[in-house]
Amino acid sequence: MSGAARTPVRPAEPAPFDVEAMRREFPVLTRLVHGHPLAYLDNGASSQAPRRVLEAVDDYARSHHANVHRGVHTLSEEATARYEGARDRVARWLNAASRTEIVFTRGTTEAVNLVAQSYARPRLRAGDEVLITHLEHHANIVPWQMVCAQTGAKLVVAPIDARGEVDPDAVEALMGPRTRVFACAHVSNALGTVLPVERLVASARARGIATLVDGAQAVPHCDVDVRALGCDFYALSGHKMYAPTGIGVLYGRESMLEDMPPWQGGGDMILTVSFERTTYNALPYKFEAGTPNIVGAVGLGAAIDFLGSIDRRGAHAHEAALLEHAHAALVRIPGLRLIGTARRKLGLVSFLVDGVHPHDLGTVLDQDGIAIRTGHHCAMPVMDYYGIPATARASFAFYNTFDEIDRLALSVERARRMFGGDVV
Amino acid sequence: MELQDLYRDVILDHNRSPRNFGPLEGSSTDVQGSNPLCGDRLTLHLRLAGDRIEDVRFEGHGCAISTASASLMTEAIKGRTRAEALALFDRMHALLTDDAAVPDEGLGKLAALSGVREFPARVKCASLCWHTLASALQSSAPESVGAVSTE
Ligand SMILES: Cc1ncc(COP(=O)(O)O)c(C=O)c1O
Repeated sequence: MSGAARTPVRPAEPAPFDVEAMRREFPVLTRLVHGHPLAYLDNGASSQAPRRVLEAVDDYARSHHANVHRGVHTLSEEATARYEGARDRVARWLNAASRTEIVFTRGTTEAVNLVAQSYARPRLRAGDEVLITHLEHHANIVPWQMVCAQTGAKLVVAPIDARGEVDPDAVEALMGPRTRVFACAHVSNALGTVLPVERLVASARARGIATLVDGAQAVPHCDVDVRALGCDFYALSGHKMYAPTGIGVLYGRESMLEDMPPWQGGGDMILTVSFERTTYNALPYKFEAGTPNIVGAVGLGAAIDFLGSIDRRGAHAHEAALLEHAHAALVRIPGLRLIGTARRKLGLVSFLVDGVHPHDLGTVLDQDGIAIRTGHHCAMPVMDYYGIPATARASFAFYNTFDEIDRLALSVERARRMFGGDVV
Repeated sequence: MELQDLYRDVILDHNRSPRNFGPLEGSSTDVQGSNPLCGDRLTLHLRLAGDRIEDVRFEGHGCAISTASASLMTEAIKGRTRAEALALFDRMHALLTDDAAVPDEGLGKLAALSGVREFPARVKCASLCWHTLASALQSSAPESVGAVSTE
């Protein structure tokens, strides 16, 4: 090596996140709504799919579709390879210990129901407790209420505070000798609060309590490592992370899944069937009765490939900047109140405007091409906590822009004036 | 379709200052209606004298469309007979859902709601009060009527 005068090599500055290039990956973003460019700010409900996902789905349907795990013919083998390849991607992406820990479901809802019925139901006794928090989505409340009704167990709810935060001390205080399951959201879909799941999961595990984390709103915005997190179960929905609808994942620790009976019966989940006796298939097939959503899994696998191919750090930083910009732009509007002001938030902002019902706000914004969600966000207990029937919620993806948020703020201001912000 | 077709001045006015809003002394029928999807909730109080709606008031919270619709409805049905009110229900139902329906003279201010049908997601908001009314009136024993929902 020529020792002398070399310019010191400095680490290259990371290129700034190129949102315009990102937008070109999402065909729907070029469309108009009521004559305005679409500003899609309803990603928390369902995100849009990039070209890569659309093409994978199309290619599968055009050239490779057959049933999986059944035929020896070429198409069946190709379909099986793609379906199982998607499972491998999910396993790597979540850092699961094994691909057998990845069960495909219809979504988060089905994953939680599976755990409630297959894990909790046989184990819960009258007087046992299932602990959740006050900010859960109905998908992480109702399945537990159902299994409590079936077993005589009790549903215990950890409180939130005015900011929409969950105090880990308060949750831990509710982890008692009869607590068998602790289930909570990773990120709240109504408020955007990031829960201290690492600590809560560790506390629960230390007490021998099984843990389920509802990751539906987390996976689009942060990288999740289920082994680092240490939870027994992790649930997610493909359609909130750029994949199609109707496909989701239940991650389950292998030792837990092994000990659980099948949830539904049918084809694929068995090894042998006679009228006297059926032997169940190995993991994860034991939990995948019937022909699965093959094309959905292919789409989910492509979405993970897509996420693996982009500058995720840049994307996450851009989303954080969007959220900050939205807070700043919205609080300037007179009579606007943010619902959910947790110190750690991801991906969304919920708000109310004096004198304007969220439903009317949603209609006015739609006329300006801006898609937001209005309503109770399937989290009625959160609405009850704040004593409100509904909120307006703008939720972001890395393809959103600062300009879209400025349009949001302008349109909200217009609605406010329209409904009487200016007293006549 | 323009926003002004939905939010006509009459509607904005009735949203800002709803008429016949509040509890009703000596009501004979009180029925709740709700639209769980958006959290709209209203209670309709009726005082029936024989076959006639002697007085009517409403309470609750909802969007501009549901509030204005309820407010306009109370004005329109006060003093009417059951049969007249139910006939009005049918005409409103047509106005809100049937593209071919033309608002007739007799509807008066209620015709302002004709823009709603261009906004399918909002039809339930406008019809909530009317369904609540119908369930109150159709029942032969109005006091026993439970809650209605537009979901
Ligand atoms: C936090 C959370 N949990 C669960 C769900 C339910 O997801 P899915 O409807 O895809 O099953 C959602 C989606 O709305 C959510 O945001």
